[in-house]
Amino acid sequence: MGAYILRRVGLALVTVFLVTTAIFFMTHILPGNAAERILGNLAERENVLLLEKQLGLDKPVLVQYTSWLGDAVRGDFGESIQHRVPVEKLLVPSVGYSLRLALVAFLLTIPISIIGGIVAGVFRGRWIDRAITVGGLSAAVVPEFVWAVLLVLVLGVNLHWLPTNAFPGTDASVPEIVHHLLLPSVALILVLFGYISRIARAGVVEAIESDYVRTAFLKGLSRPAAIRRHVLRNALLPTIAVTASMVPYLVGGLVAVEIIFNYPGFGGLLLKAVQYRDYPMLQSAVLIISVVIVGVQLVADILFAVLNPRIRQKVSQ
Amino acid sequence: MSAERDLRAVARAERDRIRSERLRQLRRNPAFVVGAVILGIWVVCALIGEFVVPHEPALVDILSTNKGPSSEHWFGTDVVGRDVFSRVIVGARPVLVMAFLATVIGTVLGTVIGLVAGYFKGWADVIIMRILDAISALPVLVIALLALAAVGGSSQPVTILIIGFVFTPIIARTVRAAVLPEAELDYVAAARLRTERAPHILAVEILPNVLPPIIVEFTVRLGYAVFAIATLGFLGVGVQLGSPNWGSQVAENYGRIFADNWWSTTFPAGAIATLAIAINLVADGIVESFEQ
Repeated sequence: MGAYILRRVGLALVTVFLVTTAIFFMTHILPGNAAERILGNLAERENVLLLEKQLGLDKPVLVQYTSWLGDAVRGDFGESIQHRVPVEKLLVPSVGYSLRLALVAFLLTIPISIIGGIVAGVFRGRWIDRAITVGGLSAAVVPEFVWAVLLVLVLGVNLHWLPTNAFPGTDASVPEIVHHLLLPSVALILVLFGYISRIARAGVVEAIESDYVRTAFLKGLSRPAAIRRHVLRNALLPTIAVTASMVPYLVGGLVAVEIIFNYPGFGGLLLKAVQYRDYPMLQSAVLIISVVIVGVQLVADILFAVLNPRIRQKVSQ
Repeated sequence: MSAERDLRAVARAERDRIRSERLRQLRRNPAFVVGAVILGIWVVCALIGEFVVPHEPALVDILSTNKGPSSEHWFGTDVVGRDVFSRVIVGARPVLVMAFLATVIGTVLGTVIGLVAGYFKGWADVIIMRILDAISALPVLVIALLALAAVGGSSQPVTILIIGFVFTPIIARTVRAAVLPEAELDYVAAARLRTERAPHILAVEILPNVLPPIIVEFTVRLGYAVFAIATLGFLGVGVQLGSPNWGSQVAENYGRIFADNWWSTTFPAGAIATLAIAINLVADGIVESFEQ
């Protein structure tokens, strides 16, 4: 087991390194324009060159890359070109806020989607299955910002059920924070529900058709008891793996949702960094995103191996 | 020679029978019909919308801003007095054209790579899987934002290419998975014995037999392309500034949603939702018709 975990951690580190390298070179296809962006189109040529020198943009790309990578490993992500402060000063609190929103959305999505998938699987072919499957996947293809707009309008502005302001302030209590995050979370849930419930449904259908469940029925176990004892346990394992693979979608959705709700997460920072070609900010933000995503998938992989006796046995041999 | 001709005729008749059976099945699927009708309406809007709209979509009228729906302006007017109905109608074109082109690029490149990887296996296989790993470690939206920052500006051709490139390895994986078992079949071995060259085997022998998963993947990806393009438009990157893009319309008018102007945000938002759901219903119907 230890060796398996070590190997998975190693693979995860390799992926993060590859992504990091790709990000750096992607943002340097057309180097030097950051200085022009800051100073504007009418800036004098000498001033642009001077600023490029100050920002280190005049050095060869390879030199910039190695020094950036060395600093990043030591926890120094450089200075934001746009704000002239260390990147981590802006990124760390905003990533914290984003994680908060992601956590609330995820903790709500998983039970709702799994219950939806189980109901659809148990009543396969009936109208409720059709409603959950078609409805869930239709909801999943509508962009988060569209859901967010419609939700704000209906649940917030018209019915006054939920606050339309996602951020109650820095000194708010936990229930208050969660209450304010409900509306943006619903927008994210609507997009994730279809995929996760589909996998849970497939697991339930497969388990119901299996020999051991038929045996359970034949020996006289009642339907609810057989589903509780035999179907659910086997149906939920693949759902863990799929849930982890949904994290990139969740993170992508955060960007648009945070902007709709004017939430101080990383989405706004990322978008501004793109518009102003703020390379240090852009690289660090994407680096953190990829670390979070790869990290979650790593944890899910290990959890999957620990929970599944078949894999546990295979990896310990 | 005549035996071969008979065989071809039989094969053609069989193909026609399967096709008409599939079409009949699609017509009986209510979800597919609803999706196809909605998609058809938006395609018509994209084609002839600009000739039939009641108002000039870009005409700013600062004397009649934020007017509610009326007989003059069916969907009301937006924050600078433009007719929302006209803007929603002509907004179908940029979204549909960009999504279609991006998906075509991704499907063509993905099919070629998938055919080669599935038929020859080896290094092509390895590279596709590694690229897929790297791409799946980042959200599509973040990749698109990064690439747009790298090339600078908000050009539509760049957005189309980026989405097409992101789709390429995903489609390649699907095609590769379909080609792998196909390449083991006798008709491929027979073609090889006839000394057909590899491009001929791939394009003429294998491709027609792996078309169903490619068609399914195309429709599914088309939905994702609409999703991505609408979101990029909303974020204000990757689309022409000032173009009647639905995403941009939501972004421009969203600030007024609390000030009782619900129409200039809701109608373009609803347009995105109906188009995305329509494409999804069509894709779903096609998947079902191929499964049976």
